Amino acid sequence: MAAAETYPDDLKYHQEHDWARVDGDEATLGITWFAQDALGELVHFEPPQEGSEVTKDSSYGEVESVKAVSEVIAPLSGEVVEVNRKVVDEPEIVNDDPYGDGWLVRIRLADSGEADSLLDAEAYKQLLAEQ
Amino acid sequence: MQTLERTPLHGRHVELGARLVPFAGWEMPVQYEGVIAEHRAVRTDCGVFDVSHMGELEVEGPRAAELLQDLLSNDLDRVDVGEAQYTLLTNERGGIVDDLIVYKLDPYHFLLIVNAANTRADYEWLKERELRGSDVRDVSSEYALLAVQGPRSIERLGLPDAKPFTFAEGELGGVECMVNRTGYTGERGVELLVEADDAVRLWDVVLERGARPCGLGARDTLRLEVCYPLHGNDITPETDAISAGLGWVCALDKQFTGVEELRRIKEAGPSRRLAAFVMVDKAIPRAGMAIAEGGEVTSGSLSPMLDVGIGMGYVEASGAAPDSELTIDVRGRSRKARVVKKPIYKRDD
Repeated sequence: MAAAETYPDDLKYHQEHDWARVDGDEATLGITWFAQDALGELVHFEPPQEGSEVTKDSSYGEVESVKAVSEVIAPLSGEVVEVNRKVVDEPEIVNDDPYGDGWLVRIRLADSGEADSLLDAEAYKQLLAEQ
Repeated sequence: MQTLERTPLHGRHVELGARLVPFAGWEMPVQYEGVIAEHRAVRTDCGVFDVSHMGELEVEGPRAAELLQDLLSNDLDRVDVGEAQYTLLTNERGGIVDDLIVYKLDPYHFLLIVNAANTRADYEWLKERELRGSDVRDVSSEYALLAVQGPRSIERLGLPDAKPFTFAEGELGGVECMVNRTGYTGERGVELLVEADDAVRLWDVVLERGARPCGLGARDTLRLEVCYPLHGNDITPETDAISAGLGWVCALDKQFTGVEELRRIKEAGPSRRLAAFVMVDKAIPRAGMAIAEGGEVTSGSLSPMLDVGIGMGYVEASGAAPDSELTIDVRGRSRKARVVKKPIYKRDD
């Protein structure tokens, strides 16, 4: 079942509809409820390689539905320390639980100060309302 | 900005929460709840598609059959009243102006159901070539068309059995319509041609009888699994029927537009062929992607039944045989695919 629309308060958001959960010098990244809803049921996640570098505001992977392909934009920079293999095998997990089991990658942050430039949940919801 | 046309069922789509997208100048439902679930409903039970965007042309008069026999690739003489035929409108180079189904209403009266994007071009093509005694009319705006498809579709609608590519006047829940045993999904089913004013009533009857509303997203994945070509993608005015694997709808022993060129291609053997393939590597092919061995993907998607990437594309004839390996350029990444016999999907029963 598709998840209900939510934007948790403990996450940071990027205007390209990506989220980050910062934990010390690491962060978990994923796509927002809005992004998965716009795409529809996900059928493919093309992940980055573990050990590769991702750069804030740049694409680090792709997600695909039956009809569409979308780049996944990194909200923060860092080194990929883990790819969510469960999502590679069953991409629809992202639709079911975009902020939980549907996370995409975990990175070691290059610059912990970068997170300050991201949106909080209220600001992101405001952005969605304006679209 | 061009405004999009709406079918008589537009309000019903909105009420059902469909995602509406522009398609061939129309605002059409691409999905209601999800492409995959809708696709599976048609493969296992029954789904209904609003395909009212498709065009309807009538050709009538004592010389209607003569006109169509000259312009369409298949042999119209083999079609009796009450029967339909899949055929191609071809150009001088043997290219495909459109693919369509022709219905013989009576010996002097034919209905052509054509692709939405080509309705105007087809009409003009026929009109310019009209004979004295063959009147061509575009009646698209008078009708709506519902495709009810799936293994249980006939049973759910309570229709009698009938052969594929036949049609009859019928009635469903008090709504009169033309019941055509045709479709674009590879499943048994009907296409119901109904007067535009009756479309909503018919749609409601079909839904009450258990058909699941399905969008154009599922229509595309369904037709691709069974390798039905999509005009504009797999077949175009620049591609010929022989290379596309549509030689079976070309009566090369009769005269029609472009037949000499098609005979020549058939005789020499086409240099490229429209091949169907299944991804070996994990990736989803998309139209426009290059094939390293030579050629290009013309249709690609995920197969909801097989759960792998599938597609069709033109490849060198030497590499078009089943089991040939292809390498698809998926946005800069090389991904392996394997040519398969058409159709890609067939129920194992």
